[in-house]
Amino acid sequence: MKQYIIRRIFTSIIVLFGVSFLIYAMLRMMPGDFVEQITSGNPTITAEQKERLRELYGLNSSIPEGYISWIKDALCGDFGTSFTYKKPVIDVIKSRVGVSFALSATAFVIQLAIAIPLGILAARRQYKKTDYIIMFFALAGISLPSFFFAAVLQRTFAMELGWLPLSGMVSARENYTGFRLFLDMAYHFIMPITVFVITGVGSWLRYVRTNMLEVLNADYVRTARAKGLSEGKVVGKHAFRNTLIPIVTFIGGSIPGLFSGAIITEGIFSIDGLGMTALQAVNNKDLPFLMTYLMFLAVLTLLGTLISDILYAVVDPRVRYQ
Amino acid sequence: MVSADAAREKSNRNESELKIMSPGQLVIKRFLKNKLAIAGLIIMTLVVLFCFVGPFFSPYGEYEIFYIDTGTGEEISMYDTEGLKKPGVGVNVKAPMSSAHLLGTDADGRDVFTRLMYGGQISLQFSVAVTIIELIIGVTLGAFAGYFGGKTDMLIMRFVEIFYCIPFLPMMLIVSAFMMAFGIMPEDKIYYLMLIMGVFNWAGVARMVRGQMLTIRETEYMYAAKAAGLSVPRQIFRHMLPNAIPTIIVMATMDLGSFILTESTLSYLGVGLAFPYASLGNMVNAVNKSVIMRNYLNIWLPPGLLILAIVMAFNFIGDGLRDAFDPKGRR
Amino acid sequence: MWFKKQKDTSCSTVMRDKNNILEIDNLQVYFNTEAGVVKAVDGVTIDIPKNSTIGIVGESGCGKSVTSLTTMRLLQEPPAKICGGEIRLNRGNEAIDIAKASQEKMREIRGKDIAMIFQEPMTSLNPVFTIGEQMQEGILVHEPGITRKELADRVISLLNMVGIARPEGVVKSYPHELSGGMKQRIVIAMALSLNPSLVIADEPTTALDVTIQAQVLELMRDLKQKTKASIMLITHDLGVVAEMADYVVVMYAGRVVEQGTVMEIFKDPRHPYTRGLLKSRPSADASASRLFSISGNVPNPIGLPNYCYFKNRCDTSCSSCEGEYPVLREVTATHKVSCHVD
Repeated sequence: MKQYIIRRIFTSIIVLFGVSFLIYAMLRMMPGDFVEQITSGNPTITAEQKERLRELYGLNSSIPEGYISWIKDALCGDFGTSFTYKKPVIDVIKSRVGVSFALSATAFVIQLAIAIPLGILAARRQYKKTDYIIMFFALAGISLPSFFFAAVLQRTFAMELGWLPLSGMVSARENYTGFRLFLDMAYHFIMPITVFVITGVGSWLRYVRTNMLEVLNADYVRTARAKGLSEGKVVGKHAFRNTLIPIVTFIGGSIPGLFSGAIITEGIFSIDGLGMTALQAVNNKDLPFLMTYLMFLAVLTLLGTLISDILYAVVDPRVRYQ
Repeated sequence: MVSADAAREKSNRNESELKIMSPGQLVIKRFLKNKLAIAGLIIMTLVVLFCFVGPFFSPYGEYEIFYIDTGTGEEISMYDTEGLKKPGVGVNVKAPMSSAHLLGTDADGRDVFTRLMYGGQISLQFSVAVTIIELIIGVTLGAFAGYFGGKTDMLIMRFVEIFYCIPFLPMMLIVSAFMMAFGIMPEDKIYYLMLIMGVFNWAGVARMVRGQMLTIRETEYMYAAKAAGLSVPRQIFRHMLPNAIPTIIVMATMDLGSFILTESTLSYLGVGLAFPYASLGNMVNAVNKSVIMRNYLNIWLPPGLLILAIVMAFNFIGDGLRDAFDPKGRR
Repeated sequence: MWFKKQKDTSCSTVMRDKNNILEIDNLQVYFNTEAGVVKAVDGVTIDIPKNSTIGIVGESGCGKSVTSLTTMRLLQEPPAKICGGEIRLNRGNEAIDIAKASQEKMREIRGKDIAMIFQEPMTSLNPVFTIGEQMQEGILVHEPGITRKELADRVISLLNMVGIARPEGVVKSYPHELSGGMKQRIVIAMALSLNPSLVIADEPTTALDVTIQAQVLELMRDLKQKTKASIMLITHDLGVVAEMADYVVVMYAGRVVEQGTVMEIFKDPRHPYTRGLLKSRPSADASASRLFSISGNVPNPIGLPNYCYFKNRCDTSCSSCEGEYPVLREVTATHKVSCHVD
């Protein structure tokens, strides 16, 4: 098991080098001196900064050489300074990640709370009316463009009914503290979280339903029935415990992704998280930030796969990696 | 007596022949029994008719701007150069819904209903192109990795992992934004976008095809094919890939929907398909002006609903196909 | 739908013969499939006397498994539907018609009165629970008052009974840690844990190695002596039947074509299908170099003809075979056959 994890971490590092090289090469392959191009619209950038940038990205050398010089700095923890915030990129990410996580994690918990019971219900009523209704809403949710759904919510609940704030994280000029602040933020988070939940719950529902169906057909479920167990015990214990294997694995693998921030939703609701910062960085061509952000997301993805592999071994007694 | 017997025998045989169905027929039958799948199919047909046949019936062009004579209230097309010269003529922006403009006109004075057709058209074409690119790369590499295994597999799978780790939407955002910064013409950009989106999405297909190949490679019929001395391409293309096709079709259908979502998201953010193309995402973008969000639902609601309808249709069809191909979920 | 309508009416009935533990009477089980109605079991009548073993033989798809699953009411309804007949279970002081029993009533019966041994020991145990947990749970359902100590002791003694060495360790292990033969022994122990009056064994040895098969059969015969339970043994292996059964029922295309004692069936088979089955057994002293096989195929279960289903494969058919499906007629008091010829 230990050996397996070490091997996985090792390949992950190799993959990470591949990813960073690809990202670097993509940006280098843009025609022309991209520092000049990118900074042209940004009057606050000094000639000194431009030179620093060229050096940081090794623009004066070939792609491989440039990559090596960039990765050296990165390994020493120097990911450059954000144009927009004039702070080390790492600090910017650190200061934003909390909000993004709070938002995503809340939505995540709600999604699971909806998807697991409804997914099981749909599987038990396969091809019946309940199943069709649940699956209709699940698929409709997956198909909703988040920007459109957000607009509809804003139009209805903020503009028309005035129940919820249009955007932002806190009420302006109120200066709440403590619990009041928490409540105020929660109030502002209602719509963004709704967008997350509605657009995201469908894929979970489908996943739970598919796995449950597979398990309900298993021989051991029939054995459990043959023992005279009640339907609740058969489904709730024998079947559910087995569907838990893929679900827990999947849940574990999704956790790192909660830190990545949601570009669209955060942008629309002006939530000051990682996603909105990235969106602004795109508009401002804040290259050091974007490059680091992409690397950060890649690390999260790799971490997710690793965690789900390890969890698989923990949850399923049949799997013990040698 | 004999003839009656023969007749009974014959009718009996006919009956049993009728009952024997090929796997393909069974799939179709199961698919048609799924109500959601049928709904998806109907929506898709309507959308395709609307987007591809509709423009022939629309009196207006995609970029046609309408002006209005504020004095008489008479509407003038941008092509009517004589009419435009009259005094008191202004662009007919945000016109309300009327029989002339079923969904009114947008903030630039163009017919929303007509642009909806063109927008849907471009979105559909775009996602089909991306899916084809994704499939060509993904299926080929996945099949090779799965069939040959060993070092080939190792290498291809590392590439899959690398591409899998690249965050797709942020990457697309950056690439598109830079393309705009470099002043690439929208007419060319659409092709770049297709290519890049295809290239960044093949990993999922390759991973799935490889998995299928690994399973199929271990089946008895593949041992038989190998034992019969079939050539490698024949083994892959005649015996293995056809068995992986159901999964590929399902995946492609779902991806068609998700590419439409991605494209419209990019367009909504203003870095996807831009003028001269009418794009659904771009049309929803009008919602960013709060006056339009509040008062002109006819401008932004229909394109959003059309995106929803298209993606939903693809998802319904994909889900129905998955169930039809793989009925083991049937208790 | 059918099941709901009957829910309120009593499912109690009267046994035809007090010495039978189970009477399957003119049972009809149909499946509504995409291609049409499949009459999987069509008018099957089988009596299982107390303390005896009945072997049910036939090719795959002849309805033998459907019969056994219906006896436990473990078929998914729909698509399956019991369209007629009774399954009378003798519970000593009362008799129950399983075909009409509610699912609540069935839960009382399953495991307690009738237990089942399945074909695939590899998959019939739940992979995520320990052996002990899975064995205890069945006992606990029917005897909720049992103490933990008694429960643990009972499990150990059951494992000892089926010949498992080191039962204390096995209780704590997961199914994947055990061999196929061990798992089947555990499944048998589980089936016997509540002293059922009837054990249904659906191809209990098919998935096992030949040497293990012999051991498991030996064990089952041994246990039958001890527990006095009747066994309904479903198999396609005539060798197993000859070794284990007192009575044999031969099924073909959802119907019983011949039944009788083991001696009657093996020494004096009357139905051409039974004779075919017996002839197609491989034997060591084969004088013929080729194995016998019955020509043709099982008829399509949808839209079966109204004449004898075996007619097209039969080597002795005559003009009377063109008529109605032959009724089951008595050869002796115990031996019945459904054939026009002879």
